[in-house]
Amino acid sequence: MDVPRDGSKDRLSPPRSGDEDVQRIEVELLLEGIYRRYGFDFREYAPASLRRRLRRRMDSEQLDTISGLQDRVLHDPAVMERLLLDLSINVTAMFRDPTFFVAFRERVVPLLRTYPFARIWVAGCSTGEEVYSLAILLAEEGLSDRVRIYATDINEAVLELARLGVFPLDKMREYTQNYIRAGGTSAFSEYYVARYDGAQFSRSLVEGVVFAQHNLASDSAFNEFHAISCRNVMIYFDRPLQEHVHRLFHESLATFGILALGQKETIRFSPLESCYEELDAAERLYRKVR
Amino acid sequence: MSGVGSTEPPRSAGAGSAGAGAGTSYEVIAIGASWGGLQAVGTLLAGLSADIDATVVVAQHRGPESSPGLLEAILQRSAKRPVSAPDDKEPLERGHVYVAPADYHLLVEDGHFALSTESRVQHARPSIDVLFESIANAYRERAIGIVLTGLNQDGAAGLAAIKEQGGVAIVQDPSSAERRAMPDAALAATSADAVLPLAEIPGFLHSLHLGAM
Repeated sequence: MDVPRDGSKDRLSPPRSGDEDVQRIEVELLLEGIYRRYGFDFREYAPASLRRRLRRRMDSEQLDTISGLQDRVLHDPAVMERLLLDLSINVTAMFRDPTFFVAFRERVVPLLRTYPFARIWVAGCSTGEEVYSLAILLAEEGLSDRVRIYATDINEAVLELARLGVFPLDKMREYTQNYIRAGGTSAFSEYYVARYDGAQFSRSLVEGVVFAQHNLASDSAFNEFHAISCRNVMIYFDRPLQEHVHRLFHESLATFGILALGQKETIRFSPLESCYEELDAAERLYRKVR
Repeated sequence: MSGVGSTEPPRSAGAGSAGAGAGTSYEVIAIGASWGGLQAVGTLLAGLSADIDATVVVAQHRGPESSPGLLEAILQRSAKRPVSAPDDKEPLERGHVYVAPADYHLLVEDGHFALSTESRVQHARPSIDVLFESIANAYRERAIGIVLTGLNQDGAAGLAAIKEQGGVAIVQDPSSAERRAMPDAALAATSADAVLPLAEIPGFLHSLHLGAM
């Protein structure tokens, strides 16, 4: 980088690629400001998708620059709340990647059966689609009473939605297909009732689920788990934060515990790789061996 | 504004080009395609001369349920270089072809890939715009964007972003594309450096490659 060290260089106009550098500075300042003002730390989020989300918020607030957004966010907590939703909701689907749930049924469930009582952590559960999917799977395997799901997310508002368990009715067709391909043994429609334009999922599915606010970036381990599912959450983190979370998971997993990642996530780039063996390489199921 | 087969060589990146040692300024060739793209991308990859060692990244629209590995396997038959769908944070390697995995947006950050499951953009996930805009931000004048056949508008904004950051914009000649809507939209959004029938795009890429050495 040939950035002048002091202000004495008579370079009044920035280099050609100046706009880009200004944006980078603006993003960093905004994230720093959010952290110092509100305590939410997005400084280690992956920049490309973060930038898209910021731009979406800017468009909604009719702002032209990230600095303008910073001004609004720092002075108006309501704007921060909206931005927090933009930044922390991860879009997902019930039974996303059906083959993953087939593998979970065939390879993880038998392991869970070996414990008198087991705990699963759904880390970064967002609006709860994965939680309800796993809860249905466990119910069908007769494990509801023996396996407790802990579902956590950084965002309390999102957790509230997860607790409610109401998903858009127009998604049910897709979810039903996913459910069937995921090896569901019942009829998907038995798990919800239609209410207005929402599908209210059965309360009994999540009676035993512990929903709790937890920040993967800053909170520590809080229990020992036999399985951790964190699919398509860490893709929004940069490498150092991913590494931090991998250490947290490793610490939280019992020996021979299972780590489930998204279909295109891997521990290959982590120094902790050698602590795991592949239980199902294609479905990104790993087993902690040391 | 874009002369067919324009011979005006885009500015080779001057100082500050990160790929210095390798002798070429263009580090990433981004290809976006939709309807009819499978064949078009295959043809393009088959024609790519071996000395072009830029990383090729492809966003081809496909359904969320398309079999994992199928698109890669099909393109591998045409490409004389390795084809794969990258994992999150996988480093970009020169001379490789990467395709956006089904049901994810593929983004490029400095030197590695990132994925996202955010909402569809232009009804698509993967979206060409998302890929191209991230490449424009990360690689600027070292990026080449190519918009091929398709029935929608995806890729237009992304190609404009690449152009805006000093990169090269190439559009498949709409009259020769299997579906012209996407190339038309791209041409409406930005002034392309070249508008070419598919068969002539590899040659143009080669001239860019040579011109940048």
